[in-house]
Amino acid sequence: MSLLEIKDLSLTIHGTQILKRINLSLAPGKIVAVTGESGSGKSMTALAVMQLLPNGADAEGLLQLDGQNLLNQSEAEMCALRGAAIGMVFQEPMTALNPVKTIGDQVMETILIHRAVPPAQARARAEEVLARVGLPTDRFPMTRFPHELSGGQRQRVVIAMAIALRPRLLIADEPTTALDVTTQAQILDLLKGLVTEYGMGLLMITHDLAVVAGMADQIVVMRHGEVVETGATEHLLRHMQHPYTRMLFEASGHQVNLPVAPEPRPLLEVENVVRDYRLPRKRLFDAPGHHLAVDQVSFTLNRGERLGLVGESGCGKSTLTRAILGLEEVQQGRISLDGQPVFTGHKPNLAVRRKMQVVFQDPYGSFNPRHRVARLITEPFHLLETPPTGSERQDRIAELLTAVGLSPDDSSRYIHEFSGGQRQRIAIARALIIQPELILFDEAVSALDVSVRAQILDLLVELCETYDLTYLFISHDLSVVRTITDRVLVMQAGKIVEQGETEQVFTQPQHPSTRTLIDAAPSLPEIGQGAA
Amino acid sequence: MLRYALKRLLSLILSLAVASVVIFAVIEIAPGDPASFMLGVNAQADTLAALRAELGLDVSKVERYFNWVGGMLVGDFGTSYTYRTPVSQMITDRLWVSLPLALYALTLSTLIAFPAGIYAAARRGKPGDLAVMGATQLGIAVPNFWFAMMLVLIFAINLRWFNAGGFAGWENGFWTGLHSLTLPAIALALPQAAILARVMRSALLDILAEDFMRTARAKGLSRRQALWRHGVRNALIPVLTIIGLQFSFLLAGSIIIEQVFYLPGLGRLVFQAISARDLIVVESVVMLLVFAVIMVNFLVDLAYAAVDPRLRSRT
Repeated sequence: MSLLEIKDLSLTIHGTQILKRINLSLAPGKIVAVTGESGSGKSMTALAVMQLLPNGADAEGLLQLDGQNLLNQSEAEMCALRGAAIGMVFQEPMTALNPVKTIGDQVMETILIHRAVPPAQARARAEEVLARVGLPTDRFPMTRFPHELSGGQRQRVVIAMAIALRPRLLIADEPTTALDVTTQAQILDLLKGLVTEYGMGLLMITHDLAVVAGMADQIVVMRHGEVVETGATEHLLRHMQHPYTRMLFEASGHQVNLPVAPEPRPLLEVENVVRDYRLPRKRLFDAPGHHLAVDQVSFTLNRGERLGLVGESGCGKSTLTRAILGLEEVQQGRISLDGQPVFTGHKPNLAVRRKMQVVFQDPYGSFNPRHRVARLITEPFHLLETPPTGSERQDRIAELLTAVGLSPDDSSRYIHEFSGGQRQRIAIARALIIQPELILFDEAVSALDVSVRAQILDLLVELCETYDLTYLFISHDLSVVRTITDRVLVMQAGKIVEQGETEQVFTQPQHPSTRTLIDAAPSLPEIGQGAA
Repeated sequence: MLRYALKRLLSLILSLAVASVVIFAVIEIAPGDPASFMLGVNAQADTLAALRAELGLDVSKVERYFNWVGGMLVGDFGTSYTYRTPVSQMITDRLWVSLPLALYALTLSTLIAFPAGIYAAARRGKPGDLAVMGATQLGIAVPNFWFAMMLVLIFAINLRWFNAGGFAGWENGFWTGLHSLTLPAIALALPQAAILARVMRSALLDILAEDFMRTARAKGLSRRQALWRHGVRNALIPVLTIIGLQFSFLLAGSIIIEQVFYLPGLGRLVFQAISARDLIVVESVVMLLVFAVIMVNFLVDLAYAAVDPRLRSRT
């Protein structure tokens, strides 16, 4: 008999249909992955099982845990089940823990609210669970606060809280999306191990098909609140029926063909750059500590070249990017574009600054919501000495909006009227409008759904053909970097540990940390030819 | 934690030093010589010189500054020009009214605001929330002297539970003293409570939307348990800031209420001293208030660190 049985589950929130007759079943000791793009209803399915739906939600159908219909339970009965019979792990480990309580207290709380045990016993159990998730108390005392731990360690604490009472069902909502590939691999291993050891059922919500393929026994593909396809992983990968499933998998492994890069002529030159941060003193009279964020980094980016920059979080990618943009002064070394330094004295050099533009990760946070698109994309004009005006300005706006696949009429609309993918197109238009020599893409496609990401990658290739773009593409997503760059730099602990032709680096990594990165990244399986 | 406290303490001392220089300079710049003011326009030159010497006005400004600061450090605030009594004595007398009044009002305001704010946040958008929000709107809009007059009308004139004004003094017993401060404290507390309740509500609503509140619910905590165990303490930071500001205001800003209730407090002392151009009193009281404000900020900083462990480890 199955542990979790969802039959014809429908959900409306304030009258809007969110889920339509969902069916899903999960057996003990098995992993079911629910996947789909944003807005598909996968997270709402998880929250429906927890009965932690937003106000105004109305669910009907059957939602059974061990034969007990969760939809008929009172709030008090659900409180007794949550944490004890059903555990949940969330996406954002940085904010999922209470910042003012110790990790020990937070793990113990799960035990103490469900079991009438003396605190000493709860403490012992909490220690045991923390050790099981890889945080032994001799190295990670229970008196630590969340801010003293890294993202991966915090996610381990969240997992410890969820499994402290050995729930029958564990729900993990994008548990590794916010983590590095290497940390992701460790957390996925931990979850898999726990499922086998405890015989739990794991309902895993994720948009990452490579993770799905590597973890799940069963896959459920959702779109617009409906299940479009479901099946055992092996079988589904080989015999996909639904075109949407096929599209998802194809878009995830989307490959593009970049035009051939021209003869190498240096554009951006970074020589022996050092950026050192002073840390607060540990004790009153100690010498302050240092953090070498960027350590003797040198590289050259040629005109017309597409260069990738990969590495784990904290490796110095962002600091280096900021230094190139002139947002951060470096202590040693020299960064120059076209032979001119980015910094003159202690001030960023405006003549250089207008030759560079950047596209950021978050298409929702990087626009002023009160401005129209025309004003948003012409923002870089303030860098120019004589910005175009009148009809010339209008023509530029129209040209760029057309180039990124939007219409010139969109210039009078506000940013909230656009989807995430369209916003990223607008961000690219904004970067291109002053025809910069160099564009920096800082995780520019990481927040996008796979199908949208594939479109943006295609757009980049088109733009490379029309405008001869030179860019530095910073990303933690190795599969994207592999297809969209000619050459790649691998950074670790502030140093560039490997660089070379992208394909060469990926097929024959030389440095151990490059190898670790590549091995840790989950890979998409070969997709079989569907019967349809 | 100790390092954090020492750093705060250092900044407290520096702030006091800077404040004393500024206050001294401002008062010195103010036109008018206290001695000629006291003796009138027809004063003899030698009488004036004698008075100036007596008041300590005949030495250089730098010397006077150090005399003033040095005196304050040992509790000697000088002698009032107009009353000819030690300023320290005058201030101490008034402080025995103003400080308890401020603390009393602050306690009342916190006791009203915390439950009201938490109640409203827990029932966002429901009738209970709307009632609290309506009441606080009124509390902010209506000036406190109007409350004061209404309180006098109801509780002193009609019900005769309290005296309409005056201070009974602490020498007749703690409760007698407290009793005579009750109406002014309520009048001062109501508008402050209204502000504080709103701050508490909005801070708590922000916290309720945080991810860790959802984690708490996923552990099996009820809505109420999650609110009390994980919400309230996190919401305290902005609330503490407001409490600190309110205390400083209550200590010195209660002049109208002191006037309504005929209380011999600091506010009235400053007012009288300014009218009489009694600069030494003004200087001393202002310095004392600055000291109180900086001290309160120091305590609020320590309270922040007690509430939020992230601040303890920061510089």
